Amino acid sequence: MKYQADENGYYGNFGGAFIPEMLYPNTEELRLNYLNIMEDPSFEKEFHALLKDYVGRPTPLYFAERLSKKYNTRIYLKREDLCHTGAHKVNNTIGQILMAKRLGKDRIIAETGAGQHGVATATVCALMGIECIVYMGEIDIARQAPNVARMKMLGAEVRPALSGSRTLKDATNEAIRDWINNPVNTHYIIGSVVGPHPYPDMVARFQSVVSKEIKSQLLEKEGRENPDYVVACVGGGSNAAGAYYHYLDEEEVGIIAVEAAGKGVHSGESAATSALGKIGIIHGSKTLLMQTEDGQITEPYSISAGLDYPGVGPMHAHLYESGRGEFISITDDEAMQAGRMVAELEGIIPAIETSHAFAIFNHRNFKPEDLVVINLSGRGDKDLQTYIDYFKL
Amino acid sequence: MNRIQSKLREDKKLLSIYFTAGHPNLNDTVTIIESLQASGIDMIEIGLPFSDPLADGPTIQKSSTAALDNGMHSKLLFQQLKDIRKTVSIPLLIMGYFNPILQFGVEDFCKQCQEIGIDGLILPDLPLAEYQRDYEQLFKKYGLINVFLITPQTSEARIRQIDAASEGFIYMVSSASTTGAKKGFGQVQKDYFQRIAGMKLSNPQIVGFGISNKETFSQATSSAKGAIIGSAFIKHLESEGVEAIPDFVRSIR
Ligand SMILES: Cc1ncc(COP(=O)(O)O)c(C=O)c1O
Repeated sequence: MKYQADENGYYGNFGGAFIPEMLYPNTEELRLNYLNIMEDPSFEKEFHALLKDYVGRPTPLYFAERLSKKYNTRIYLKREDLCHTGAHKVNNTIGQILMAKRLGKDRIIAETGAGQHGVATATVCALMGIECIVYMGEIDIARQAPNVARMKMLGAEVRPALSGSRTLKDATNEAIRDWINNPVNTHYIIGSVVGPHPYPDMVARFQSVVSKEIKSQLLEKEGRENPDYVVACVGGGSNAAGAYYHYLDEEEVGIIAVEAAGKGVHSGESAATSALGKIGIIHGSKTLLMQTEDGQITEPYSISAGLDYPGVGPMHAHLYESGRGEFISITDDEAMQAGRMVAELEGIIPAIETSHAFAIFNHRNFKPEDLVVINLSGRGDKDLQTYIDYFKL
Repeated sequence: MNRIQSKLREDKKLLSIYFTAGHPNLNDTVTIIESLQASGIDMIEIGLPFSDPLADGPTIQKSSTAALDNGMHSKLLFQQLKDIRKTVSIPLLIMGYFNPILQFGVEDFCKQCQEIGIDGLILPDLPLAEYQRDYEQLFKKYGLINVFLITPQTSEARIRQIDAASEGFIYMVSSASTTGAKKGFGQVQKDYFQRIAGMKLSNPQIVGFGISNKETFSQATSSAKGAIIGSAFIKHLESEGVEAIPDFVRSIR
């Protein structure tokens, strides 16, 4: 239990609930109920039935033969890209919409950057017939038009966040402000392992199905549950949290987190939170945070909108500080090249977020007998225009 | 006794004003404070601007962004306030978000406050549990009163808990909302004001959020000890300037 949240939502020095009193009843209701609800057999049954029949779980664990040959090690891909809506995000939104129903909520709000979490939220709201409002930075609305259209087609209202830098962190601020103004009937579906307690723990638990499946799939294929390494990209940290979850306390499993270096860690245009961040408070959580000397939150940059967040979940801050996790940052260019390589070698076009994880092989050597699992968090359909522009396809 | 505590003993309804330091102009801070005191204001909340003020509505968001763009930061605010107690005797609080204080160093920040003569802090995103877990000792060591908020949704048990942890006043948020003027108070607010008055808390209450004029001030203070005006004052500053502060105060009482 060393790497899980304690009862106050702390992972070592990180976490907690730094929220204004206006949000106390909302988060307290969730805190008091989320574990009981999640452990209720009828909830588990409903959750797993939807994951199976609607999302398409279990997702395959695929041995990437050509990639393995190229890097002279043994590489497995956990195919979250095959989830309905194209990424792991839906594991969390299915869980949270069921949670919201049990709490008697009839209005859902969410934030989104690239639009993946917004689409996953709009999808489950359509499925359940619940009103859905997605906050999205005005700038992101302009750069992610296809996902905006998907959300609208799914019946969601997309509200532009016009404050601050008009990107993901501001969309999150607007969602929190909405929740302050609508404290009774609304549930806020946060999109990653961020925010005040109990969100990081709750989202990690919903995503933990990923590592649960890896364990049984590896057992079947390799006769062992534990790989030598699990690798995932980290924006807020939810796909990584899911992939690490059941391995956190198994110290022989190496945990590798890949962050976005943007144009270079020290270029001034980066989202490498562990390298650039200091302890601070963002969106109700004490964690590593990119900020000025005076404690103002700074705007990150990455070619991948899903990694473009100035903080990181408190679980990951603790993995970094404790040394349990190995953190590596990957530039835009390295990620784009890695994405193209995976497309050509394995016939899979990864989301640009995920492409960052694949660039690990140019940074770090693995032994030929090592078993390395990469969490393939999403597919690249949403990123085609960026790939087209980058490679002049 | 702390200045806040003595002020609360005065036999009158208190009018408190919030403004964002560094706005409209970077160096208005001392002028605004002195003018507010001269106009008969009872207490002042000096806003330390933050990039992501998530409990605030559009007016204070904008004033915070403007203040940061003007170059305001914690060290500069302390410099501006260094001689404030030579001219100002009413209670002064700093209101802001916790992250800039965490970066300054919580102990250093508290120490600076004490040296200058700041009486208390209002930090909406430092709730009771986190305060008691890590920071209470420090605040107390430097004689700072930490002010907690309650809202119409706060349960009776929690209000009692907050009352027990408070040493000055309780900041009563008028409605479930971010900061900013609303069009008057309805029955829901009136019931809430009365319900809290009926609880006979040991700390007096000061109402904030949505107070913009004489009418909302007198409604808010019909049972509470005082009221805080923020957004409406900031708008007035923006349109009428620092010279017109006495006019604003006269329009309230
Ligand atoms: C495919 C994909 N991977 C990763 C991320 C990053 O989020 P997280 O770190 O929470 O997994 C996103 C976010 O939009 C995403 O769409």
